[in-house]
Amino acid sequence: MSNSVDDLQVIADRVVAQALHGEQIEAYVSRGGETAIRIYEGELEHFVSAQSEGVGIRVIKDGRTGFAYAGTLDPAAIAEVLADARDNVSFGTADEFAGLAIPDGVAQIPQKFWDEELASFPTDEKIALTKELEKLTLAIDSRVRVDEANYDDGWGEVAVATTTGIRESGRGNSCYVSVSTLADDEEETQTGFGFSVGDSPKEFKLQRAAKEAVERATRLLGATKPPSKRTTVVLDPYVTSQFISILSSTLNGENVAKGRSFFADRLGDQVADPRFTLMDDPTNPLAYTATDIDGEGLAARRNVLIENGVLKKFVHSSYSARRMNTVSTGNATRGGFNGSPGVGCLAMQLVPGYQSQEELIAGVDDGVLIQMVSGLHSGVNPISGDFSTGASGMLISNGTIGAPVREFTIASTLQRMLQDIVAIGGDVDWLPSRAHGMSLVIRDVTMSGT
Amino acid sequence: MNTRLDAPMVDPEVIARVLQKGRSTGADFSEIYVEDKRTTSAGLDDGKVEQVTSGRDRGAGIRVIAGDTTGFAHTSDLSERGLLAAAEAAAAAAKQGDGGVHTVALQPVFRHPVNTIKQFPDTVAKSRKVELLQRANQAARGVSGAIVQVSAGYGDSIKRILIANSEGVFSADEQVRTMMRVSAIANGDVGMQTGYNSLGHTIGFELFDEHDVEELAIRAAEQAITKLKSRPAPSGAMQVVIKQGSGGVLFHEACGHGLEADLVGKGSSVYRGKMGELVASPLVTVIDDGTMAGEWGAIGVDDEGHASQKNTLIENGILTDYMWDYIRARNEGRKQSGNGRRQSYADLPMVRMTNTFVTNGSENPDDIIRATDNGVYVAKLGGGQVDTASGDFVFGMVEAYLIENGEITEPLREGNLIGNGPQVLKDIDLMGNDFAMGGPGTCGKDGQGVPVGDGCPTLRVKSMTIGGTAA
Repeated sequence: MSNSVDDLQVIADRVVAQALHGEQIEAYVSRGGETAIRIYEGELEHFVSAQSEGVGIRVIKDGRTGFAYAGTLDPAAIAEVLADARDNVSFGTADEFAGLAIPDGVAQIPQKFWDEELASFPTDEKIALTKELEKLTLAIDSRVRVDEANYDDGWGEVAVATTTGIRESGRGNSCYVSVSTLADDEEETQTGFGFSVGDSPKEFKLQRAAKEAVERATRLLGATKPPSKRTTVVLDPYVTSQFISILSSTLNGENVAKGRSFFADRLGDQVADPRFTLMDDPTNPLAYTATDIDGEGLAARRNVLIENGVLKKFVHSSYSARRMNTVSTGNATRGGFNGSPGVGCLAMQLVPGYQSQEELIAGVDDGVLIQMVSGLHSGVNPISGDFSTGASGMLISNGTIGAPVREFTIASTLQRMLQDIVAIGGDVDWLPSRAHGMSLVIRDVTMSGT
Repeated sequence: MNTRLDAPMVDPEVIARVLQKGRSTGADFSEIYVEDKRTTSAGLDDGKVEQVTSGRDRGAGIRVIAGDTTGFAHTSDLSERGLLAAAEAAAAAAKQGDGGVHTVALQPVFRHPVNTIKQFPDTVAKSRKVELLQRANQAARGVSGAIVQVSAGYGDSIKRILIANSEGVFSADEQVRTMMRVSAIANGDVGMQTGYNSLGHTIGFELFDEHDVEELAIRAAEQAITKLKSRPAPSGAMQVVIKQGSGGVLFHEACGHGLEADLVGKGSSVYRGKMGELVASPLVTVIDDGTMAGEWGAIGVDDEGHASQKNTLIENGILTDYMWDYIRARNEGRKQSGNGRRQSYADLPMVRMTNTFVTNGSENPDDIIRATDNGVYVAKLGGGQVDTASGDFVFGMVEAYLIENGEITEPLREGNLIGNGPQVLKDIDLMGNDFAMGGPGTCGKDGQGVPVGDGCPTLRVKSMTIGGTAA
């Protein structure tokens, strides 16, 4: 298989070799594949098997940038992409900070991204284990139906080369299973989900995924709309992960440079409760989004962003770093061959506390455990900091879980929520997301219901 | 000319052989979807045109159905060899007994153009596209010195598709979209506030003859400036007046998704088993219309080759039909409704909305506000999200005001509103006569995004929960 990555590197090198005088060129070449299996009522509902490939070319000349891509590695198409990218250069505004990354000597930390067992895992067994997940889920509670049980895996190979001396390639694969549930009680239906990730299907914890999917749905049966009030929320690890992910845009050096972050000019300030230490560490192999290089081909690295509540650092690509007169933190992001690099956190992690969720709840007199949130994209504005999401979960009184509640919102501002953190759990969950999760307790949040 | 008829994207004889290969393992249905999409986009931020991007995506998806099992494979290799390999992979996934040879008789290509394109965007110089961004930047910054940042984006796409299946369907469409968006940030005593406005239609570059870029930008900037005086939104249940246009998102979430036959079929919609029943206030008539010329969700044929059509989903409060794709319609022994859509050749089709809207009532919109003692006026909705099984849904208010004693007063900060679909539909007590479509939207489902339109007249919901922080 390494031969195939080599052939991508050859394609990237060939593009870069065509650079004319005064031109910077970056070629990003990738190929990938996926398998998606869906089981419904014991039968295979669909089986998707597919491969795709493509190239993205960035050309920079006299401070102007042009970009083009195509979803093919056909030589004629690649030539057309290079011509388009060159043509696009002339329409950009000259920017003294525009440019490609330059190798900075930071060493990559080797990690294992390719699992041979997954690569050779038989299709029949993938189907069988997805059926097993559906069966396990149905066996737990007679009120529960399974909406769908899914198996998904993917592999990718990438090579990048630049006229500035970047030359990197690699490959990786991953897999997960998920199940969505419906719990019925007379006229009412509630939903739940569970999932499991692993380097290979052998690592799946099917029973745990089934149990979580059943609990999430059945716990909400009989849920009512709570009264509106200020209260303490305990975020489930899955919700905490989504909350932390939102902070990425406020810590993004390009947003800081362009006046789009409320953290601009706050370096060194106490922006969060002293218990809160947030880092971005894609070198941690436990992180789902762990990587050895960033979207520009620089080594990925560990960056402490907020330490004991004090804002320490923003994340940068080579472009945002040049603008802010600093160095790249290895945080260029890239969606694939069809996009040019941006800036962002790669694998966000909080320093955990030591208490379990149960222990955290025991310390809450009056509050609500938030199991699910919805509308993060529509009710959270990371520029103003306004935070408002739909939610469902369980009331907490005198340290004990009580009645289920739904159809309410929780609201505050991101700035206040960071200061209002009262406890961080030790129940770290490495979720399939850009941020891990653990239980997080935040006081003085407005719950809006009746 | 409405469409430019080029040579077929793939030779019909090759298509026939690919469809035949798809059924070689005993499948009862095979389909090929070929796509060739060219895009141009340009972005301006911080006063600079950052980058012009050209994109090309081309490939084919082969779907094979055997009984209740669907096999799917896609490829970016449009040669006969590449297509046959994909057909073989899809067929292997949906194996059922013996194959045999099933020849396919394809009809002449079917076209059903609904949009009129005057100026194809690939015939327009990139410099003219970039110039729009600069005009928007200047206009937005000109509104006030408090505007501290502006970003603008331009995008166009020309997507040619061809769909053929073993039942003889052979359809083609050319889908052109042109859009522009502007975001502005204002800085003041309450910190930074944002404004956003977008414009998009299934037409060509003539979009900018018909709409004023400066006006689009000024509206975005004004929205941000207005919010500098905003107070926290209230918390709790109140009367909510939704302005015409973008308010259509409410129906997309409150009932649109729940009326998709795939969700209904699996019993994961609150609207299952409710056909013929009163599910909304009699003031409510909901229509999904893929033929609505120029609107963001308008398509000639859907991504299964079926002609787009206008479907009444709820009529005077009574549920009249769900939306259908090929598989779900086949299972129920009925006709599909032109709602089988997919994000690209790399995705399986499923039931999706097109342009979803609520028709006019009889109230003057000013009277609706005057009739409201204490509530919230949502002038612009953001996105939303729904749990179709419970019916609970949220949507964001991007621009909203307090209504006090029948008058619009103070601007409010952003937040979500939450409600339960069937309950909110019943709680609509006033329907305006000022119907309008909203801006271009992207609807996400099962990881796929497709362009959709939404619309409604000004209307009132007698009680919804506002997710703010003020007591």
